[in-house]
Amino acid sequence: MASYLLKRFLQVLVTLALLTLLIFVLARLSGDPAPLVMPSEATAADYEFFRRQYGLDQPFHLQYLTFLRNVLVGDFGASFRYNVAAIEVVGTALPATLQLAAASLLTAILIGVPLGIVGATTKSPAVKLAIDSYSALGQAAPMFWVGLMLMMAFAVRLPWFPSSGRGTLAHLVLPVVTLAIYVSASVVKLTTANMQEAMRSDFVKMARLMGLPRRLILLKHCLRNASLPIITFLGLQLGALLSGAVVTERVFAWPGLGNVIVEAILNRDYPVIQAAVLVSGLTFMGINLAVDLLYRVFDPRVEAA
Amino acid sequence: MAVVDTAFLRPRRRRRTDAPVVAALFCAVLVAWAIAAPLLMPFDPNAPNFESVLRPPFWEEDGSRAHLLGTDQLGRDILSRIMLGAQVSLLTAFVATVCAGTFGIALGIVGGYAGGLIDMALMRLVDTFLALPFILMALALVAALGAGLGNIIVVIALTNWARYARLVRSEVLSVKSRPFVDLAKVSGLSETAIVLRHILPNVLNSVLVLAVLDIARTIILESSLSFLGLGVQPPDVSWGLMLADGRNYMLVAWWLTALPGAFIALAVLSFNAVGEWAKRHFDPRGSVETAI
Repeated sequence: MASYLLKRFLQVLVTLALLTLLIFVLARLSGDPAPLVMPSEATAADYEFFRRQYGLDQPFHLQYLTFLRNVLVGDFGASFRYNVAAIEVVGTALPATLQLAAASLLTAILIGVPLGIVGATTKSPAVKLAIDSYSALGQAAPMFWVGLMLMMAFAVRLPWFPSSGRGTLAHLVLPVVTLAIYVSASVVKLTTANMQEAMRSDFVKMARLMGLPRRLILLKHCLRNASLPIITFLGLQLGALLSGAVVTERVFAWPGLGNVIVEAILNRDYPVIQAAVLVSGLTFMGINLAVDLLYRVFDPRVEAA
Repeated sequence: MAVVDTAFLRPRRRRRTDAPVVAALFCAVLVAWAIAAPLLMPFDPNAPNFESVLRPPFWEEDGSRAHLLGTDQLGRDILSRIMLGAQVSLLTAFVATVCAGTFGIALGIVGGYAGGLIDMALMRLVDTFLALPFILMALALVAALGAGLGNIIVVIALTNWARYARLVRSEVLSVKSRPFVDLAKVSGLSETAIVLRHILPNVLNSVLVLAVLDIARTIILESSLSFLGLGVQPPDVSWGLMLADGRNYMLVAWWLTALPGAFIALAVLSFNAVGEWAKRHFDPRGSVETAI
């Protein structure tokens, strides 16, 4: 376990270093930042000064090392657009995104797991079809469309919830439901599949032979065994959740990381783009690592490969 | 008491196929539309017509037979735009998937077959491209390369190749140790011939399954980027772009957002259904599931 831990940790470090390199290269690919920040009446000497000040006259590898050193202390430079540090822009937006993601994940579990259990145990073909359709449609419908349709129905036609912004609990409802529909669609599918598998297992047959009540078998024997893959999957869904959050935030003007990134790209605000991409990458990788390790703690059958 | 088996008297039940026939048909219709869009479109999708602005679809009260799915705020025909949008969506999805697949297969085979340091380096590169949620990776690439149809194809291919490489590598590792590869080596076949004739055909099934599922994902990715204003740019037409345009008229013209969105959902649903079916049939060991 210890050697596995070390290996995994090293892997993540290498990936992280490569990610910074990628981000750095991408920023350089996008061209010279000078015309973006300099006023239009700037002279050639001003440009020269700017390049020297930001180290753009240095060789590539030196520039990267400077970038890396600054990134390590959280310094991505000042936002081109707002007169504050890029990391600050990202830092203010992050809690909003995490709130949205956490609330959506919780909602998705509350919708998805019960539906999945019903899907695995129901004898009615109509119910089964309805649950299967929910799962297939929820995965296929693009989130920005679901968001707009919900907005049209529950913010415009029936003015129950605010259509955009953040603040009260009511603001949270439509974006959370939008994201939760997408995530719960896969939770339903996965719960159904794993419950069905658990129901076929020998220990369930044994429990039935022993005459245990159905409810007990389902909840204690089946659901417990099915929950492990579901937990892992939810950890991995975080990527989909963050991806979805970008789009959903844009639809509902939710002041989170996704909105910040899209605005930054539209304004070509590179320090903010770099900070936002790296911070979300770090969050994503950290949680993936945690899920991977927890999985091994919960399920000793998984060999440290 | 005589036991007589009367089973033969009952009408023989036809074996039901589990193939998603409707979904496959819809995919076929979309592909046909995409190819023949310029011939089938009733109107020029970019031509404004200020005499019939914001007309609803034909089944609504003010709808007309000329514009079956209505018109937008500039009087452009929605049906024509959806048809051309199908062309853009599917073209992007196919080209990006073929590029990502080819690149991923090549690197996956090299890594899996060569092993050692090359394999390790390639896998870390794969990890890097998978280190970001896919929309974020796509956005980071768009920020560097810029928006527009051509760039979006490149961006999507760069976002997707890593999963092919990972899948192919793990498949190559399992195929490589099978007896027929040893046999081929003993019989003096060159490395290239072994890879092309024995390894590649054995990994192709799972790659094709992933590719079909990827087309669905790519349609979503492209339309999401276009919706955000960072994908396909006007005068090109895209379903995501239509939704972004129609957003401001949601109160007065529901069809501007509802219809293109419904087409995205149906297209994704159909390609997913075909992909899931392909997975059940061509990937029984579940390697696609574990690799992505």
